[in-house]
Amino acid sequence: MPLNRKYIPIVVTILLFIVMFTAGSFRYTGFFSLQVLMNLLVDNAFLLITAVGMSFVILSGGIDLSVGSVIALSTMVSASLVQQQGWPPAVVIPLVLLMGAVFGTVMGAIIHYFSIQPFIVTLAGMFLARGLCYVISIDTITIDNTFYTAMAQTRIPLPGGSFLSISAVIAILVVAAAIFTAHYTRFGRNVYALGGNEQSALLMGLPVARTKVLVYTLSGLCSALAGVVFTFYMLSGYGLHAVGFELDTIAAVVIGGTLLTGGVGYVLGTFFGVLIQGVIQTIISFEGTLSSWWTKIVIGLLLFVFILLQRVLSSRRLTLKE
Amino acid sequence: MSSIMKHHLFWPLCVLAALLLFNLCYSPDFFSITVHDGHLYGSLIDILNFGAPLILVAIGMTLVVATKGIDLSVGSIVAISGAIACLSISRGADQNSMGLILTSVLLAAGLSLMLGAWNGLLVSGAGIQPIIATLILMVAGRGIAQLITGGQIITVTSTKYAYIGSGSLAALPFSIFVVALVLVIALLLTRRTALGLFIESVGCNPSASKMSGIRAHLVILAVYVFCGLCAGIAGLLLSSNVSSADGNNAGLWYELDAILAVVIGGTSLNGGRFYLTGTVIGALIIQTLTTTIYMIGVPPEITLVVKACVVLAVCLIQSDTFRAAIAARWKSRHYPAEKEMSRHAS
Repeated sequence: MPLNRKYIPIVVTILLFIVMFTAGSFRYTGFFSLQVLMNLLVDNAFLLITAVGMSFVILSGGIDLSVGSVIALSTMVSASLVQQQGWPPAVVIPLVLLMGAVFGTVMGAIIHYFSIQPFIVTLAGMFLARGLCYVISIDTITIDNTFYTAMAQTRIPLPGGSFLSISAVIAILVVAAAIFTAHYTRFGRNVYALGGNEQSALLMGLPVARTKVLVYTLSGLCSALAGVVFTFYMLSGYGLHAVGFELDTIAAVVIGGTLLTGGVGYVLGTFFGVLIQGVIQTIISFEGTLSSWWTKIVIGLLLFVFILLQRVLSSRRLTLKE
Repeated sequence: MSSIMKHHLFWPLCVLAALLLFNLCYSPDFFSITVHDGHLYGSLIDILNFGAPLILVAIGMTLVVATKGIDLSVGSIVAISGAIACLSISRGADQNSMGLILTSVLLAAGLSLMLGAWNGLLVSGAGIQPIIATLILMVAGRGIAQLITGGQIITVTSTKYAYIGSGSLAALPFSIFVVALVLVIALLLTRRTALGLFIESVGCNPSASKMSGIRAHLVILAVYVFCGLCAGIAGLLLSSNVSSADGNNAGLWYELDAILAVVIGGTSLNGGRFYLTGTVIGALIIQTLTTTIYMIGVPPEITLVVKACVVLAVCLIQSDTFRAAIAARWKSRHYPAEKEMSRHAS
């Protein structure tokens, strides 16, 4: 049975993940265990959540450069409200999520209604959020609130002696919800249509304005949620958290097989894109002698390879059409 | 009067003048320049000196933006170039030997040329969107810079190398001359030869310009190479100014500042036209703004918020839809029919 061409990138991604994990298992003792696999989720929960939001943005043909800063701002707002103002987490967390969503909505509205390129608007958003962090405080705010520490330390036992953190469970739920939204709801289909061709989507009578703004709202919300999860992970708020994170996120989405021009891709691919980044980090930490900077270089190379792959595939599809 | 107002440098110059005026009101000795040991000292000189790397990067960025591209990797190239220069100097037996300095500088310049060429090949050869193509080097470049410096801050003790970024020639900082040289070369190449037109033509429509005989691929490759070289020289200025290379922080946020400078200078992100002098003024505005914020005692962290607002405002003004929305509101206060008639009559 010939494989449908649109599945090639995602299949390559999954194969790459399996190959990397197998290679790691053969090379390093103690690598092949359920816990190492689970740790990929535990350590990358926030990346996964952000990348899910970014997937929708890229599927719609846009880009969101503000995610890293929104994460930092979320940690900062949470930390300062919980730690310095003494607000209960039950109030702070919804507030932070709302803030992220509103931030995204405003950017989306500017992008759509004033037709300015997404990257420049989100670039301004990136500056703004990062600057607001520093306005709150330039120092790290450590959190010792019992709720946050409990969230950070709770381990959900799995059969086989391994465990997941609450953050990882949240991330998995987000991925499941996103897969459902992308493939089984009207909104998801609108996003794909919008990314395929905005003009056609408009002519078909799809709510282009609403979809576009909602996509950025979703991305802002995901980033804020990732920020909350990041706060659980780091137990602190700091203006320099998640610097350069937008690039990791975009890399995860692209390695996952989503076309940067929009309209083609799967949320599941993003999931594996994040896992691949996690495996690279794990291999480098198992290797021991390599500096962590190799992670960035390897991810850059992978990004390059996948973009070339996309180019080759999409150009072949074009020639087939002709 | 209206022709002056329509000049592309009018608004950038107004903003710069307003900023300088504000500074003068705030501290009356802002414009005073003192001579000390044959060097000039003063806030204005500082702005020029500290702004020099940004101006260089922004000049390169202008040409890239003119071809409807964008180069996100300039910050990383700044870091790599500084790192390689400092590494090769620190390895030398005599850090003050002229040969060593020259080799290091040439090495750094050559490397940044190659990095620029890599970006250019991805964009023009492989046809990848510029924002993504340069994103790769932006991610990997910091890693490369860290590998070169071994994760440490390399410090050099060479006074000859320090001269590049902090020395002075004819009482002015040497870096100003470097910037002036690059600017003059860029201006001559783009405004006295057909190259500038080629770049603008490629920015408007690459395939149309290809059909009219312009080698669009080559033009695109060339602007990225030039942008890489500019960033490399900026890296040399920055690292020699502090006599050290920091792979992590050198050139951080430079890509954003450079894009901001280009946009303030009147170059549209949609490509097709560019103003090098506008960019220089844009970069000076950013540097003056930063200096002002430091001087009036506002925490420097707010710079980012201010910059974000400036980017947004400039982009909104550039947006046709936004201007139309404002214009519609303005016009509705008058008599539309009368206005329409007077426009047809004239």
